[in-house]
Amino acid sequence: MNINFTLIAQAIAFAVLIWFTVKFVWPPLLKAIETRQKEIADGLAAAQEGRSALEVAAKKSEATLAEAKQKASEIIGQAEKRATQIVEEAKGNAKAEGDRIITGAKAEIDQEVNRAKEGLRAQVSALAIAGAEKILRKEIDGKAHSEMLSKLAAEL
Amino acid sequence: MATEHAEHVLTPSEYISHHLSFNAQSVGNGSFWTLHIDTLITSVILGLLVMGLVWWVARGATAGVPTKRQAFVELVFGFVDDQVKNIFHGNRHSFIAPTALTVFLWVFAMNAMDFLPIDIVAKFTHAIGFDAWRAVPTSDINTTFALALSIWILMIFFSIKVKGFGGWIHELFYTPFGHKFWVLPLNFLFNLIEYVSKPLSHSLRLFGNMYAGEVIFLLLGMWAATGLSGTIFGAVLGAGWSIFHILIVALQAFIFMMLTVVYLAMAHESH
Repeated sequence: MNINFTLIAQAIAFAVLIWFTVKFVWPPLLKAIETRQKEIADGLAAAQEGRSALEVAAKKSEATLAEAKQKASEIIGQAEKRATQIVEEAKGNAKAEGDRIITGAKAEIDQEVNRAKEGLRAQVSALAIAGAEKILRKEIDGKAHSEMLSKLAAEL
Repeated sequence: MATEHAEHVLTPSEYISHHLSFNAQSVGNGSFWTLHIDTLITSVILGLLVMGLVWWVARGATAGVPTKRQAFVELVFGFVDDQVKNIFHGNRHSFIAPTALTVFLWVFAMNAMDFLPIDIVAKFTHAIGFDAWRAVPTSDINTTFALALSIWILMIFFSIKVKGFGGWIHELFYTPFGHKFWVLPLNFLFNLIEYVSKPLSHSLRLFGNMYAGEVIFLLLGMWAATGLSGTIFGAVLGAGWSIFHILIVALQAFIFMMLTVVYLAMAHESH
């Protein structure tokens, strides 16, 4: 076990190896590993961000859907209301029209009745005169009595 | 093995001591000025190979979907980084974590040389002209001491850098037992023992494990000298020890790295 100059030679070799590693081996490895670690961390953070953004979007879409549903039901309600209103209006119109037609018909009927009455009146007076003429031809002067009879007919 | 030197039959102790001798080259006067060429070349090649591979992957590293190669390197990176993060609470990326990665990968690679069949490695090195060749750099105490002492110097350096020189001296005398003047020598003695024991336990733990592992491989290898049944028996035992040794190789590299991080982290803490 003799200690000799080999010790110093080995120490120098050791020093050179340490210098080499400190200078050329460790830094690039460390840089590569640390860069990768950072990239992975960034990726995970981005994924987390994406997940939360997705959650927000889902909530938003839910809210929009609920709003749309509410609006739709409102519109339906309004439409139903309007429909009843229209039906009511139509009913009212129809009734008024019907009343108008009935009134018109009644007036026409009255007119017809009056016209018939006039006709009948004229015919009755004529018939009466004709009957009276036939009865009285012989004994009464037609002229004198027709005046009196037309007065009578006017009173009817 | 016995066939290695057909001209004469090796005794077991010759076989083992031959395998445990370094390829030592003298670079000056005195026994200190020798270099273990085998330890140095193997460890430098392994260091360049391992850190070069990681560098090659790190250069082309993308922050996007990683290739399998990059994923594997990142797995090791993350493993080391996690350990450092749990122990050290400063800016670990500037020095301590890369140092831990270097220590872990380099020591692991050097330990893993133990898996190579020792006699086949010897055959190869003999063939290219080296008589003695130790393949496992971490079973050379010079390597483990070099690493442990480097960490020890860094430890003192960071202590002074973080607390200032005065703060470091203050800590040597005033911790861990308190501020009463009569415990100051006791404090200093305690710290001194700690400063001596840290590099010793740090380096000897690794060295002892790897050296013992190598010796056991050699002892099992000697079964081959007893004939065919011995060779088969030795191979089975060697396979078993190799499988167990995978655990030791990884565990010792991990322990060496953890101690490095702990020592350097402790140097940053004020008491």
